[in-house]
Amino acid sequence: MRFDTLSDLKNYKNEILQKQDKRKEIWICGGPGCVANGSIILAEEFAKALDNKASSDVSTSFWHSIKVLIRPEENETEKLIRTGITGCMGPCENGPIVHVEPDGLYYQKVTVDDIEGILGSIKENIPYKAKAMSGHDGKPAEVPSAENIPFLAKQKKLVLGKMSTMSPLDLDDYIAHGGYSGLIKSLDSMTPEEVCNEIKASGLRGRGGGGFPTGVKWESCRNSASETRYVLVNGDEGDPGAFMDRALMEGDPYSVIEGLTIGAYAIGSSEGIIYVRHEYPLAVKRLANSIKNLEEAGLLGANILGTGFDFHVEICKGGGAFVCGESTALMTSIEGKPGVPRVKYIRSTEKGLWESPTVLNNVETWANVPHIITNGSEWFRSIGTENNSGTKVFALVGKVKNTGLVEVPMGTTLRQIIYDIGGGVAQNRPFKAVQTGGPSGGCLPASMLDTPVDFDSLTEAGSMMGSGGMIVMDDRTCMVDIARYFIDFLVGESCGKCVPCREGLKKMQMILHDLTSGKGREGDTKALEDLAEGISDTSLCALGQSAANPVLSTIKYFKEEYIEHEKEHFCRSGVCPGMFRVTIDEEKCKSCGLCSKNCPADTIEKLDNGKYRIKQDGCIKCGACFEVCPFSSVEIVKEVSKDD
Amino acid sequence: MGEIDRIAEILHKHKQDPRYLLAILLDIQESENCVSIEAMRAAAEYLGVSESRVFAVVTFYRTLSQKKKGRRIIRVCTGTACHLRGSAAVLQELEKQLAIKIGGVTEDGEYTLETVNCVGACALAPVVTSGENSFGRMDPSKAAELLAKGAFA
Repeated sequence: MRFDTLSDLKNYKNEILQKQDKRKEIWICGGPGCVANGSIILAEEFAKALDNKASSDVSTSFWHSIKVLIRPEENETEKLIRTGITGCMGPCENGPIVHVEPDGLYYQKVTVDDIEGILGSIKENIPYKAKAMSGHDGKPAEVPSAENIPFLAKQKKLVLGKMSTMSPLDLDDYIAHGGYSGLIKSLDSMTPEEVCNEIKASGLRGRGGGGFPTGVKWESCRNSASETRYVLVNGDEGDPGAFMDRALMEGDPYSVIEGLTIGAYAIGSSEGIIYVRHEYPLAVKRLANSIKNLEEAGLLGANILGTGFDFHVEICKGGGAFVCGESTALMTSIEGKPGVPRVKYIRSTEKGLWESPTVLNNVETWANVPHIITNGSEWFRSIGTENNSGTKVFALVGKVKNTGLVEVPMGTTLRQIIYDIGGGVAQNRPFKAVQTGGPSGGCLPASMLDTPVDFDSLTEAGSMMGSGGMIVMDDRTCMVDIARYFIDFLVGESCGKCVPCREGLKKMQMILHDLTSGKGREGDTKALEDLAEGISDTSLCALGQSAANPVLSTIKYFKEEYIEHEKEHFCRSGVCPGMFRVTIDEEKCKSCGLCSKNCPADTIEKLDNGKYRIKQDGCIKCGACFEVCPFSSVEIVKEVSKDD
Repeated sequence: MGEIDRIAEILHKHKQDPRYLLAILLDIQESENCVSIEAMRAAAEYLGVSESRVFAVVTFYRTLSQKKKGRRIIRVCTGTACHLRGSAAVLQELEKQLAIKIGGVTEDGEYTLETVNCVGACALAPVVTSGENSFGRMDPSKAAELLAKGAFA
């Protein structure tokens, strides 16, 4: 199908929408978590069950339809049923997830053995209870629809909205779910200036972490005097512990490109580049597939929809350098050079890629644009808080019960995300900290759990929004070790151009390695603070300027742990090797023997009184007993010297 | 087809514009498991850029290597979520099993062991990848078992 004019596309959209209510759909989650749990095989088996001639290659042939009889009570109706794989649906912990539309039912941990049951339940028009997702009482929900599932009920899915109900490969699906309404509206009834103003009025702020007002960026680029302007997508999601952009590029690539196209129209650009990490091969494939389909449909290329607007998009793959997520480094990398940052005394909106005015926005920012144009800036402002409109997508990971991809209105508190949506800390262990903002962010303690999640509040608390990684830590996480981990990461990723970042971080790394290996000296913590200040103040780019955040925030909130590492060579979390001892509190021990059964070193003995004791000589300090003890009788205590 | 022909083929898939230098080098890396001095010279000549610029790019990006990598690259994710859930122990076990250190190549040239900052499958932490396959919820014994079964091959 090729659309030569705006009305071609409008008519086609209406045609598709009319066909919509005629069918049932079984969607199998194709997010990385579910795929690793066997969702591709599951999708193939579903396809075979519906149509034994169906091709088993679901990655290319994405749906099959067959007539089945569906009985809502007495009235037999014939419906088409189709099945296919989607992008990430979010509840990664319990994959593979299967989603039945239009009923909106979610099933978890589905295996091939459930296929018959699910197909049967669709024919009978009742939920399939055996694998229903958990409801508010923790038991399988009677009707497992989003509002009855705590993980989904508290979310507000805006940019992730379509991802559970369509194939990321199929342009028709995207159009049927409201796709391209934004571009139609822009080209049909808005001037580029009006589009710019609408984004400005929406209050949309950059979702990559900086939080700069998107509309202001666009306007300043629009107003720059130049023939050539570029629009770029920052898909170099390098923060460890973050996969929001991966999910969007794989699960809803068309929305990113539609947003980019609208942006290009608004600022007067005819060339866009999507910069993606090469570590995301599927995202690259999906984006390439979308670009090809859009070019064939006439939605990319010359004279789009007969409006005289030209726009071409290319993909540029990264080479595995974290610093390339920094705006100027990303542009240098696209130019085919080593991705080192530039000094930003002139903004990229005036002189960016190849010295031309450039707008660079994060994947999620672009994906918000079509929604804002379609529904208006006022609608967008009604979501979230005053200076932080809209939603934010987070990758909720670490020691949390329900890991996964979540989207919430700005202003939702950390507690709501971690406890109401995430179900609390895994294994009901005590909460210690939550890390946001990746290596540039910080760790916030339990006392800060009621901080609303928005750009300003998180920065004020000593962390930052970042691109959206949210990592939950329990009492078995050592905060000094976490700081060491991030500094190790940043030392490896510093591009080496400026001295404070290259050399300063290395000094910090040496101190942190000493602290976490029992060689801490008095004054180490103070030295870290001094170094941090210097690095933040004098580094060239955002990588260095924010590099000290993980250290500063952990010192701010967990100073006692630093002091213990420094003065007593003790790691209370039982992480740093040689800096603790594991014992069993006989008072608390209920003689269940689980610790002894699970001890890989076979070094837990039963005493005459039935209690258990760890023989220190053989203990490898793996923590297995700690994990399994139901009575919290295993304790981490200070290492004692042999003479004690 | 020899290395020189394969490289020539890769070069001609790309337009003769210096902006495609990284793209070309990534393709060469994928095809040859390394970027040799000859390949760098060929790329420099094709794009009309200096050899030093090509060398700068090859040495800057982590994915590009001058040393030949194994036919299969096993990557242990050391992202934050994986770190919290014990990726260090998994890495140690694989080092032991393969008898190589991070970045090394096994004697038979089959495997290279690397770490990766994050593969975006944090819900499955810790994760090990080989090619396009990811293996989630790893622990040292599971990783050793998968390796012995040839799952990473």
